[in-house]
Amino acid sequence: MTTRQFGKRVKRNEDPRLLTGQALFVDDVDLPNMAHMAFVRSPHAHARILAIDTSAALEVEGVVGVYSAESLGDYWQHGPLLVSPPPVKDIIFNQRTQVPLAKGKVRYAGEPVVCIVAESRYIAEDAADLVYVDYELLDAVVDCEAGTKPDAPQVYDDLELAFSHLNNVNAHVVQIKGDGANFDAIAAQAAHIIKRRFYYDHGASAPMETRGIVADWDRRAHRLTIWDTTQAPVFIRNGMAAFLGLSENQVRVIAPLIGGGFGPKIMMFYPEEMLAPWLSMKLNRPIKWIEDRSEHFVATTQERDQIHYAEMALDADGKILAVRDRFFHDAGAYAPYGLTVPLNSQCTLLGCYDIPAYHSTFTSVFTNKPIVTPYRGAGRQHGVFVMERLLDIAAREMGIDKAEIRRRNFIQPDQFPYNNEIIFQDFAALRYDSGNYEPALDTVLERIGYHDFYESDARRLTEDGRLLGLGLVSYVEGTGIGPYEGARVQVQSNGRVSVATGIGTQGQGHFTSFAQIVADQLGVAVTDVDLVTGDTDQFHWGAGTFASRGAVVAGNAINEAARDVRDKILKLASEKLEVADADLELTGGTVRVKGVPSSAISLGQLAQEANPMRGAVRPGTEPGLESSNYFGPEYGATASGIHAMIVAVDPETFDVEILQYAVVHDCGAVINPLIVDGQIHGGVAQGIGNAFYEKLAYDSSGQLLSGTFMDYLLPTALDVPRMSVAHMETLSPLNPLGIKGVGEAGAIPVGPLFVQAVEDALHVTGIEILECPISPSRIWELVNLLS
Amino acid sequence: MKPAPFEYIAPNNLDEALIAMEVNGFDGKLLAGGQSLIPVMNFRLAQPAVIVDLNGVTELDFIRPNPGGGVTIGALTRQSRLEHDAIVRDRVPLLHATIPFIAHPQIRNRGTIGGSLAHADPAGELPVLSVALQARFKLQRYDKERWVNATDFYQALFMTALEPQEIMTAIEIPPLPPRTGWAFQELARRHGDYAQAGVATLIALDDDGVCTYARLVFLNVGEIPMVATEAAQLLVGERISAESITAVVNHAIQHEIEPTSDVHASADYKRHLAGVLTKRAIRQAANRVTS
Repeated sequence: MTTRQFGKRVKRNEDPRLLTGQALFVDDVDLPNMAHMAFVRSPHAHARILAIDTSAALEVEGVVGVYSAESLGDYWQHGPLLVSPPPVKDIIFNQRTQVPLAKGKVRYAGEPVVCIVAESRYIAEDAADLVYVDYELLDAVVDCEAGTKPDAPQVYDDLELAFSHLNNVNAHVVQIKGDGANFDAIAAQAAHIIKRRFYYDHGASAPMETRGIVADWDRRAHRLTIWDTTQAPVFIRNGMAAFLGLSENQVRVIAPLIGGGFGPKIMMFYPEEMLAPWLSMKLNRPIKWIEDRSEHFVATTQERDQIHYAEMALDADGKILAVRDRFFHDAGAYAPYGLTVPLNSQCTLLGCYDIPAYHSTFTSVFTNKPIVTPYRGAGRQHGVFVMERLLDIAAREMGIDKAEIRRRNFIQPDQFPYNNEIIFQDFAALRYDSGNYEPALDTVLERIGYHDFYESDARRLTEDGRLLGLGLVSYVEGTGIGPYEGARVQVQSNGRVSVATGIGTQGQGHFTSFAQIVADQLGVAVTDVDLVTGDTDQFHWGAGTFASRGAVVAGNAINEAARDVRDKILKLASEKLEVADADLELTGGTVRVKGVPSSAISLGQLAQEANPMRGAVRPGTEPGLESSNYFGPEYGATASGIHAMIVAVDPETFDVEILQYAVVHDCGAVINPLIVDGQIHGGVAQGIGNAFYEKLAYDSSGQLLSGTFMDYLLPTALDVPRMSVAHMETLSPLNPLGIKGVGEAGAIPVGPLFVQAVEDALHVTGIEILECPISPSRIWELVNLLS
Repeated sequence: MKPAPFEYIAPNNLDEALIAMEVNGFDGKLLAGGQSLIPVMNFRLAQPAVIVDLNGVTELDFIRPNPGGGVTIGALTRQSRLEHDAIVRDRVPLLHATIPFIAHPQIRNRGTIGGSLAHADPAGELPVLSVALQARFKLQRYDKERWVNATDFYQALFMTALEPQEIMTAIEIPPLPPRTGWAFQELARRHGDYAQAGVATLIALDDDGVCTYARLVFLNVGEIPMVATEAAQLLVGERISAESITAVVNHAIQHEIEPTSDVHASADYKRHLAGVLTKRAIRQAANRVTS
């Protein structure tokens, strides 16, 4: 009997290809007669365009064409609104989406104004230097809270004040759970109230591979092929077909292997994505653009800051009675991805806790900064920071142990499915399908040595005089939302199994996790399953890789399709072997009568026989051992986790070193613990960057001051500690495999965790850290402010 | 991030390089390890018309012990060679111990001592060390040469005594006075980053533990390597104690450095940090005298 592959630490099928440089990335696509794009980007955050002179650029030898908004004619249009506003009562939503090239006004430094096509990227950049744009400078909206003031500059001239006093409003949303509207009345009866202003900033995704696109219009075949670093190739194909007046089957989008997605590579219809295919059709030659690293800091969407005014009312035992939060969210200059980020903040704030009453208001504000769309965590970090900091402060002020106050407020196992009533990013009510938080807490406390740590003050000091602090943070992650994904599974004549799905892949291990699912259904080796993702000629239905949904939604679709194929194998084999289905087993790439190896037929042989050269395919049957199937969950599965860390803080320089890190994570059934560990490790690394290193710093005119890797500090291998990772498996009832998503989990709790640990190390100073990220310089300032 | 067009000259020996600089010095740039020049060219912040590539001038890659002590180092010597060289280790332990603070091994494999000294980044370790160690630089033109002291070489932010046609060809580091201890302290956000502040320290003590010589040179708290002459003088004639150190630190950070704020740290924090590092460096240097 073949052993079950699901749940095993299987090495990754894709690694030999990746590690030996055999994988195709967009920049590897090199076609005859290919021309290259470069952009003239606005040096100003906010300005009117008075005139554009491209004459000198056009004279450069090797320049093919120079294009401004005017040159695009009817093709110039606003990008689509990718996620519509949620069905929340009394919502205000002002739709403003990006354009391929700025017309009339630029709204962030880095916005493309002119596109140059030339024989090489070098020539294109030489020509870009010669384009002269005359700007009339305008004051910029940089701070999202200040940007709401009536006298603030206006990012959009035509946008009226909301409620007669809020400027630059992208959206305004109020959501209420239970008796949240009566927070003041609840607070009046409460034993304790916490009230603080919080600042949380989240930065750039900074993937190893920047964005890129190659578009190739074949004028003889009338087909357009686009290689694109997108997480959602099907969506890009359908969109580009519509924009270009083509049928969907005339457009093939290939999202080959991609060096990190993290959200911003979703179907954004970025200016470069809009222009390359159009130019390829217009110029009849392949067009290439590879984003360089300095472009990435302005041209790719990012996340940024939120400012929260939050209150928590608790009873004398530390049980949360109600939470009220009002926050400002920086949307950037355009908001093509709707309200996913602030909505995630609003929803995820509630965390693992049984909070009977919640009142949450947010204003999403247009600013003169690059576009904000989801980046790994997608606003969840901001919400978790507010909730966990409120609990830390409550614990300290009420004299309750910080583990204990969390334990007292956890949702209990018998309360699932747990309904938080408010609307989540998938527009379904925020319901948690399953969860079991207390055992996770106990495990993490043990792994980090919590009780020993607090037993004696001696544990709080290193030999070299540094102060130790411990952090402990829990979180939930809404994952695996709909609408659906699909897959086609086919047994090939050589016995290998091919699988095609519509989602893109950016390093998640799909080639292995999905192969494990198929291997279990068909009794083949994991290495005998070949997966194709992100090629719309192979499979053209589905949504994409985002919201920690690939394994949940595409994984279950593949399971469904593989089960269909299994049924076909059994049916055909039972005819061939003249035994009942129930007496057959699939093992070792064969189907055979149970326990009778001599009866085995290889799956390859059976596949050939399912595609006969003589005879007829009977009505109601299909040739081959193949099936396509689909899966869409009723609502998202809720994963959860608790992280703990111990830091050492230098009491003079305030430099911080992470000494220990423990994770207990629950994403339901784990397909491959090796891959899930890797997801957690990578997420934590990005979280550490968010907490202590990375900062998109803007000056008062909206100029990015940290637009290189010298100033935008990513944590390196030296800055990320080894982690102790434990998995709990509370199955999701929402899909047959019982899985929940894990893609974003690791990154979510690290900000509040790090800040709490640093605050704990410095507890004698009495500092309270209400912001993230922090730096040694900032910690020193906070300590100094107290003295 | 593609450089503007430039002409490329690759001389095979020093004479050819000197001629190339005589002809092109005013609109040309010397390429040594390229670890600073290539990025600024790719950002088009520098657009030299001519690049004179020194990497073929292998006669500038040497480390020689000097008869009276100290060493002379060819300007094209890679930083990684300094890190692993026994002569440097034995004769200039401060330099040897500080090289690992410079960026990362891959960068040190390309980066040269002369390139870093001539680039004159105030956050660079090598300019600070050259000033601390009272090194002098050989600056050559086709028909003449001169020696310039490191202390005179650095004039303002990224500005040095180097003339457009000159090539820095050698660095002479004198021996340390007897009974001298040394220390280098810096704090970067991540290992390998330019430090937020740093200090190179030399302390000589007599048999009674009284300081006879002190030198403090700071990194990244001014436009050039900042020498705290007055603060160092406060230590001479004193024993190393909490009080004497505090006096030195306070004078140095209040009067002899000029930090500015950047995205990583405020000027006030850098001032504070420079003080903390100085305190640690003085203790470490003094301990090395006796040990």
